[in-house]
Amino acid sequence: MNYFKQDLASLHADLVAKKISAKELTQATLDNIKATDPKIDAFLTLNEDAALKQADAIDAQGIAADQPLAGIPVALKDNLVTKGLKTTAASKILENFTPVYDATAVSKLANAQMVTVGKTNLDEFAMGGSTENSAFKTTKNAWDQTKVPGGSSGGSAAAVASGQVPVALGSDTGGSIRQPAAFNGIVGIKPTYGRVSRWGLIAFGSSLDQIGPMTRSVKDNATILSAIAGHDEHDLTSSTQAVPDFAADLNDTTSVKGLRIGLPKEFLAEGVDDGVKTAILAAADTYRKLGATVDEVSLPHNKYGVAAYYIIGSSEASSNLQRFDGIRYGYRAQDVKNLEDVYVKSRSEGFGEEVKRRIMLGTFSLSAGFYDAYFIKAAKVRTVIINDFKAVLKDHDFIMGPVAPTTAFGIGDEIKDPITMYMNDVLTIPVNLAGLPGLSLPAGFSNNLPVGMQLIGRPFDESTLYKAGYAFEQNTDFHLQVPTLGGQN
Amino acid sequence: MANRINREQVQHVAGLAKLEFTDAELDAFTPQLDDIIGMFETLSEVDTDGVEVTSNVSDQLNVMREDVADNWGQSAALLKNAPDAARGFIKVPAIIDESEDN
Repeated sequence: MNYFKQDLASLHADLVAKKISAKELTQATLDNIKATDPKIDAFLTLNEDAALKQADAIDAQGIAADQPLAGIPVALKDNLVTKGLKTTAASKILENFTPVYDATAVSKLANAQMVTVGKTNLDEFAMGGSTENSAFKTTKNAWDQTKVPGGSSGGSAAAVASGQVPVALGSDTGGSIRQPAAFNGIVGIKPTYGRVSRWGLIAFGSSLDQIGPMTRSVKDNATILSAIAGHDEHDLTSSTQAVPDFAADLNDTTSVKGLRIGLPKEFLAEGVDDGVKTAILAAADTYRKLGATVDEVSLPHNKYGVAAYYIIGSSEASSNLQRFDGIRYGYRAQDVKNLEDVYVKSRSEGFGEEVKRRIMLGTFSLSAGFYDAYFIKAAKVRTVIINDFKAVLKDHDFIMGPVAPTTAFGIGDEIKDPITMYMNDVLTIPVNLAGLPGLSLPAGFSNNLPVGMQLIGRPFDESTLYKAGYAFEQNTDFHLQVPTLGGQN
Repeated sequence: MANRINREQVQHVAGLAKLEFTDAELDAFTPQLDDIIGMFETLSEVDTDGVEVTSNVSDQLNVMREDVADNWGQSAALLKNAPDAARGFIKVPAIIDESEDN
């Protein structure tokens, strides 16, 4: 059973009509994952027994028409804590960690009776853009298994793109949902900062992190965001703003008529592949045909986003990751002489190379003598970048551009060159710095690999992004194309 | 190499971060961190005179709540995650190095 031909609404209809039971659906999903994952390596852990038991209970209770998500499988990025289910953040330091509670986004899906079938691979602690930084395995791109799936939510993206699950959750600190969604030809959103509770998301950069859904269609994405969003007393940065039923008003394909769209010239500048540029310019034409205006605009400080982000994100990470000390949980080094040894050896043996690099960059940026020149400077540049977005979004409904400068690159091609890897996020990072919502959706192909388009909106205006994404989807067929996975389809 | 950070400084920062590196790792890390810090220094091109810092983009500031204790009743499950535990406590090695006389 794969999910190439079905969306959440059709799955729900089949379950209500008893064409398939929740248990049969769960079993078929697990069987397909076992058959396809040796090629894709999207999953770190399968939740087989508990998932089948949960599905059984759902069947016993029956699925009503007002339970749109009941009995439908979901995969979770393995930096979302799951009660009683191993959660590793793809790190050796958490290799044997079993959480005692569920992340809020996870418990919201469980309350809607979605069935967690497994935990997906990521770059260790969500630090990376290729999933090659996982301590356990490298996930492959669903369209070409010699290419990276992107990252850090590469496992979730590849799982959805290869038809293993209809929905997965990811997290996005600098592009970690949007870039792998783009590389795999699926839909992913980084919601407005505060839209979704971060409780139970293993912290990386706390002023940047957001959880978001990864799906095959805009409508499915909207449905899941409504299900996981909302204020949470456990995360006091989560917003008290009302959560719309994002999917409810996605029926009007002419809804972009009269909208003003900004296309920043910096988003098509040097470094962006011709194939990506062509697809985005064609998308701009599609929006013009649908009655929107597309203006060239400028985000003059966009190029400073990467430097500001690697200071701020690494500083927050160096602070957040202090908790991994070998004492209360996680890996503890053997053969130690004293307590200091436990800290230093556990961390040095437990963390991978990229995580250590970020901790070092952050600790340096926060250290005496460098704090003003690096951390404070970056925090001021962050304000400048926010002001750039405010100026454009004052008279534009949203901003459009590519998600990434290139399509998926080859496994092994960039992993030895941190700065090249960091620059891949030049178009997604500023959105996290500003806390804005960013939607990534399929916009074409270049050399047979998917190209992703990014729509960036005003704070808490995910609705406009979904409407514009839906209108684009209804007028193109990119999202309907599926990878062949070695002739399986 | 512009030498924005040298080997000794890398070792100093590692100490602050409770990390240690082998000589080979230091050889690889030092020029790499130096390049990345060079990238950081491009921020000096941005005029930030009179600009406030942004440390948080949440719309919720100073949220207050009652401080109420809540017993999750999960000490056994928590201790299962500890590398070493006994009688309801987490065990750690001695703070002072027992192999030395001091």
